[in-house]
Order: sequence, then C-alpha cells, then structure tokens
Amino acid sequence: MATAHSRSAARIMMAPAVFVLLVWMLVPLSMTLFFSFKKFLPLRGDSIGRGLDWVGFANYARFISSSSFWPSVVTTLLIVGGVLVITVALGILLGILLDQPMWGQGVVRILVIAPFFVMPTVSALVWKNLFMDPVNGFLAHVWRAFGATPVEWLSQASLPSIVLIVSWEWLPFATLILLTAIQSLDSEQLEAAEMDGASSPARFFYIVLPHLARAITIVILIQTIFLLSIFAEIFVTTGGAFGTKTLTYLIYQRVLESQNVGLGSAGGVYAIILANIVAIFLMRIVGKNLDA
Amino acid sequence: MGQIQLHQVSKSFGATEVIPPLDLTIEDGEFVVFVGPSGCGKSTLLRLIAGLEDVSAGQVLIDGLDATKVAPAKRRLAMVFQSYALYPHMSVRKNIAFPLRMAKLDKADQEERIAKAAAVLNLTDYLDRRPGQLSGGQRQRVAIGRAIVREPAAFLFDEPLSNLDAALRVGMRLEISELHKRLKTTMIYVTHDQVEAMTMADKIVVLNSGMIEQVGSPLELYLRPRNTFVAGFIGSPMMNLIDGPEAEKLGAATIGVRPEHIDISKTEGIWTGTVGVSEHLGSDTFFHVLTDAAPEPLTVRAAGEMALDYGARVHLTPRPAQVHRFDANGLRIE
Repeated sequence: MATAHSRSAARIMMAPAVFVLLVWMLVPLSMTLFFSFKKFLPLRGDSIGRGLDWVGFANYARFISSSSFWPSVVTTLLIVGGVLVITVALGILLGILLDQPMWGQGVVRILVIAPFFVMPTVSALVWKNLFMDPVNGFLAHVWRAFGATPVEWLSQASLPSIVLIVSWEWLPFATLILLTAIQSLDSEQLEAAEMDGASSPARFFYIVLPHLARAITIVILIQTIFLLSIFAEIFVTTGGAFGTKTLTYLIYQRVLESQNVGLGSAGGVYAIILANIVAIFLMRIVGKNLDA
Repeated sequence: MGQIQLHQVSKSFGATEVIPPLDLTIEDGEFVVFVGPSGCGKSTLLRLIAGLEDVSAGQVLIDGLDATKVAPAKRRLAMVFQSYALYPHMSVRKNIAFPLRMAKLDKADQEERIAKAAAVLNLTDYLDRRPGQLSGGQRQRVAIGRAIVREPAAFLFDEPLSNLDAALRVGMRLEISELHKRLKTTMIYVTHDQVEAMTMADKIVVLNSGMIEQVGSPLELYLRPRNTFVAGFIGSPMMNLIDGPEAEKLGAATIGVRPEHIDISKTEGIWTGTVGVSEHLGSDTFFHVLTDAAPEPLTVRAAGEMALDYGARVHLTPRPAQVHRFDANGLRIE
C-alpha cells in the first residue's frame, strides 16, 4: 500500500484535519502572545478596533511580581501532585480488587467508573452542598453524631478538600486504565513467582508493579495535562479563596474580574511555561517507561 | 531426594470432576511423562502436585511427607511453564536470581549458582539481556535455568516445548534428557506429543479424561497397550484398529495392528485393497489403503522408498505375533 500514489493521497486526505488542528492551536496561542504585549483594558475604553498600546514586557513583570503569583504556582503543583498520588495509589488498589472474581463484578465496575461521567461543576457542587456543608452536609452530620464540631471543610481545610473532590473525579480514570493493565498480566508469571518463593507483597512489588509501570506513566501524563487546568471545582467551591487560587484561576481573575486582558494573557504564557516545565520533569522521571 | 506419591487425589471444579481419585507413585530420579489428548487433566494433575491448585480430596506426599496443605514455594519443586513465564522487566541474570533472592541467599552464593546454571545451559553470553531480546529456545533455557538454581527435589515441566518450532523442539528435547541424566533429579513432564513422551520418558503415564489409562515404560506401552485408547495414542502413525468380522476371526471385539507390522505385497496377502494417498518420507513410505477389512483406510508402512500408484491393487498381511487383541470393553486380551 505504501506506494508514492497512496502516500500523496494520504497527505491530501489528512490535510483538512491537520489544518483545523493547527488553526485551533495557533490562533489562540498567537492571540495570547499578541495581547500579552499590549495594554488592553476593555472597561477603560481599549479595543482592537481603536488600536492597542504596545507595552513591552510590562504585563509579564507585573504578573510575576504580584503577591498572588508564587502562591498560585505552589497551589497548582500541590493540587496536581496530591491528586496524582491519591488516584494512582487508590487506582492500583481498586484495580487489583476489581480484578478479583466476585458476584456482581460488571455492576460494581460500572459504579466505580460512574463518577467520571459527572461534570466537574456538578460533582464539585454535590461535594460542596451535600457532603462538606458545615450545617447540612453529610460529613457535618457524622461529626455531630460523634459529638464533634463539624469541620468547615472548604475554609478550614480548603486545599485538601479540593484535592479530595478532584481525586474523586479522576480516580475512575486511573482505576480503569490500571485495571486493564492488571488484567493483561500473564497469570503464569504470578504462579512462577509463587513457586519461586515470592510472598504476596513480593509478588506485588517485583511482578505486578513493574508490569504496571507503563500504565501508571500514561495515567500520570494524561491526568497532569488536565489537572494543570482545573477550574470549575475551584470556581464553584471556594472561588479562589482560602489559599486555593491556582495559576489558571489567577489568570481568570486577571482577565475577567480585573478586566485586564493584557495582564491575563501574560499569565497565560507563564502557564504554558509552567506546563512545559512539569512536562519535562515528568518525561525525565517516568517517560522511559514508554519505550520498548 | 524427590519421591512423589499421590494418594486418592481428586480434583473438581464446582460440580465437574476433572480428575477422579487416582493413585500414582513417582520414584526419586525418574523421568515421568504425563501424556494425553487436550483437556485430559494432565496439566491440572501437574498443578496439583505443584500446589498451584488445591486438591479436592486425597493426599500429595513428597519424600513420604504430607505436602497437601504445604504452600507451593515450600514443596521444593521447580516448574517450567508453557509460556516460560519469564519476568519481562528483569535481565536474564535477575530472572535466574529471583528464586535465590526470595530465599535470601547471600550474594556470593547467588553469583556462583547463576554462573553454574548459565554454563550448563549455554546462557553465559546472554545474562545481561532482557527476555524480550532472546529467541524461543534461549527463553526456554532461561526458564530451565531459573528452575535448576533452586536445586529442587523435582522439576515440573508443563508442555515446555509446544511454543518452539519443530527443529528446535528436537534439540531442546535432547537437552532436557541430557540435563536429566546429569542432574539425576526427578522430573515430571507434561505433553500432548507422544513422540516427546516416547523419546524422553523412563515412565509414561497415559491420561484420558482425568483417569490413568496405563503406566509403564515407553516400550511396555508400545508392545502391550492395556486398552484401545493407549493402543491408539502411543505410536506414530496411529495403530490401525479394526472392529467387526476380521476381529471376531481372532476371538476379539477389536484388533489392532501398527502400520509397521503390516507387510504389503502386490501379489498375495490376507486383505486386499486399493492404495489411496501415499506419503514418501525417504526413510519410510506410508500408504493409506482402503481394504474390505475395515471401513476406514489402513495405514501401512514400508521401509525405504516404494512406489505404488494411486488406486493400485495391493495385498496386506499383518504379522500374527504383533496383532493386539481387545475385548468388547476395549481391554487387552493376552
């Protein structure tokens, strides 16, 4: 099939998709870059039609010197890191449990996957109002049942609460990927290890975990991409207060609450840089698992 | 030491009994082959001995001690799996070292044993490769290496050669036999290939739907098959089994004659028939001859090369001393 003719035909047929993807990516990127060097305050009468003032790197300098910048980077990394640790650890555990033969396996698997289908906004609202509400929330009732004072989750333990909500949303994804990886493990390998005298913890660490390395890598990489940009969960719960302001949220505040498009765009470029730094680190640490 | 005894051992999966109660003794140093068609329970029997499956009833004795409830690792048995079951993320060295590491042997001792096993199996040059970089035969040897470093009481082989091509299989067959002669350790070997069974075994156990049909040396099974199943299973090509009037003439329900025990002639013989397909191997020629003795064509071997046209009339004579007689239950009549 790999004739010169079929190759050029393939190129022609792929061209529209490649074009759309390029436009989808390049137009927003170049607009962000363009605005980040301009003074653009719509409420003060700036508009593209009237021309925007070139301000050089002023937006960049102002964004990074804001007292909110570094805390927001730290918050972002804490949320990403926390969710990754929780979802991977619990995902492996749940994957192993769901791999065991049991009654109602199919139904249980669907139930475990279900949270993934709930929209982030909805699941955050459910957690906020039904579980974490200090007056009527389920957890508040549990606390009171033991005579304790209910915890005001989203203000007293705001960051862990958000990590909990986001982990709940992403655990099904991790479980699903890790479960399929566990199912692909050759049972003869486990039996061979058993005959070789490996205890069940040894079998887990020497056989199962190395087998899962690639799946764990994929879970980490894909989740990181999405977790760096979480927004809805913060928006509907704390609104960025109580130390839960991520970089994404800070950009949102600069653009929409302060109505400063130039400053927000500069923040967007910083977000791109942060994402790339994280990506480089991840590829260094776990990327080698994707080879061979 | 490695004497293994099975005492009324049976296995059921739910309501289906795959192995009805059976007794079997495997002496120390013996090379025993379990042979039988697919699904006859031979692998299950091996896994019962290994401890990878629990017996439903009965006892497994290793060197006279009850091992029925003993964990697989504690039975001092080493197993070579059909898929080799090598650990793909470990080098050959680490694969072979794994049982030693689990047994917490000190480093120097480990190195020594690995070097010895690698030398025996010609793996010294491959110790730092991953299993994925090895050929089928080499992987097979790594699996055997992982088994021998443990210095077990007995080796269990579960169809170890079925994933190799024909030429390699013959080679590995010899290597395993050689290994047995050298180590003098008990070996239990499961296969569906009766040629492997005949060439390697000291003792063959023929299994059919979980039951032992016959136990004996390869020649015993060849010369005196206890029933029609063993008669048909052992020997290649298959023994010709003839029912009906021809059998009744000899006072049996079924008679069996091996292809090599029928003389073929163009002029005279007891049975007459027409030649069907002939298979020329150079060393032998096999003819499929449709006769009036049986509805199925009989297979006949002629030593060396012999040319007969398709459809030619021939006469067949079974050698009387080598005709096996079986009664209505399929059991041998002496």
